[in-house]
Amino acid sequence: MIGFFKSSIGRKVAMAASAFFLIIFLLQHFAINILSVFSPDMFNEVSHFMGVNPVVQFALQPVLIFAIIFHFVMGTILEIKNKKALGVAYVKNNGAANSSWMSRNMIWTGLMILAFLVLHLGIDFWIPEINTKYIVGDLSGLIDPNNAESGFRYYEELHHKFEHPLTVILYVVAFILLGMHLLHGFTSAFQSMGATVGRKKIMKQIGVIYSVAIPLGFVFIALYHHFNH
Amino acid sequence: MNLTLKIWRQNDSSTKGRMVDYKVSDISEHMSFLEMMDVLNEQLIGKGEEPVAFDHDCREGICGMCSMYINGEAHGPDRGITTCQLHMRTFKDGDTITIEPFRAAAFPVIKDLVVDRSAFDRIQQSGGYISVNTSGNTQDANTTPISKHAADTAMDAATCIGCGACVATCKNSSAMLFVGAKVSQYALLPQGQVEAADRVKNMVAQMDLEGFGNCTNTGACEVECPKGISLENIARMNRELMKANL
Repeated sequence: MIGFFKSSIGRKVAMAASAFFLIIFLLQHFAINILSVFSPDMFNEVSHFMGVNPVVQFALQPVLIFAIIFHFVMGTILEIKNKKALGVAYVKNNGAANSSWMSRNMIWTGLMILAFLVLHLGIDFWIPEINTKYIVGDLSGLIDPNNAESGFRYYEELHHKFEHPLTVILYVVAFILLGMHLLHGFTSAFQSMGATVGRKKIMKQIGVIYSVAIPLGFVFIALYHHFNH
Repeated sequence: MNLTLKIWRQNDSSTKGRMVDYKVSDISEHMSFLEMMDVLNEQLIGKGEEPVAFDHDCREGICGMCSMYINGEAHGPDRGITTCQLHMRTFKDGDTITIEPFRAAAFPVIKDLVVDRSAFDRIQQSGGYISVNTSGNTQDANTTPISKHAADTAMDAATCIGCGACVATCKNSSAMLFVGAKVSQYALLPQGQVEAADRVKNMVAQMDLEGFGNCTNTGACEVECPKGISLENIARMNRELMKANL
């Protein structure tokens, strides 16, 4: 089994497995965030559940962090190995004639998404959240932890985040890059898992729908909150 | 037609190569690309220069010997053909054509446009066969029932001529379309089942040992393959390897 994951195909399968987890995570992330457009109360309830539930916090959250790091590290290792396998570069190479720009530049769209994640997790969301809950020790999820009447803080924080146009632009650019990464990555993950045999066309179509709909949905959420201030 | 050719010249695997410009004139549009190369070589021999070394054999798109990376594409700009099937009518008078050898660390240049593709032979020898007795007492093929779909799909995979265009065109120099086709042509048939697990394990191990890169599913190989080998063969190989290990 260890030998399998040392093989070129084993690495592809591992890369695809981490991609699957991230694809599912992204879907649930979107499903929760879109609630903020329809019902701030429901968004608050679900966010509080996700923020304090021990299974989410201490089982799924570490898996998510591992999946992100693994996807980045394995992607970089494969890129370096592939560059080595190429040897001497062509003087003239017409890559556009036979493959999409997205498929040839996954490492670059991936690195740019990672740069966005540093902002999203480090400054905007995750680190401040961890600080509030586990350093300050406020697990109440309330705007004022001493006043139960103040209500949950989650909707207010999200709504406030998209006040500045620069933040919105940054998020929109990141979502476009994410869509480009997914346009190749979604079907590629299924191909690596061997799941496209006999259903290549339908998998490609599902991939396009997911890669366009989810990032576009996130863009809509960001713009909705920006223009409703 | 008159053409300018930019051709990779390299004395042997240990010396450094470079692009050299040549002019060829009075090329008929009905000539094949290799015939155009023959004209160039006659011209070079006439001038007492070293002719350009390039691989060729059947010149009818069957043997997989001819290679060449023409204007940035394996076997040139046309689809579903080998270099010997590429005709000069594809180009225009006055064109500059760039001609390079197939590039991959696992395909070292022997001379000029000739590369060593014996890595494919070693992959094939590691498992691309079925162990059957062929010494005069073979049973009739029709005694083993095979569905039309399986037979057709296996045959599609078996049309791979091992030319190496998939490796040459891949940005990762991956050989997975070739190995996927060779694994698939047996994996789909009952005769291939007995050695299926060992076959895929050994062929993938040999592929990795030869130094080919990892497939990132760009699909460039499928587009450039002269025989139209489908990416589904790679997916099937991945599935076969998972099955063999689990």
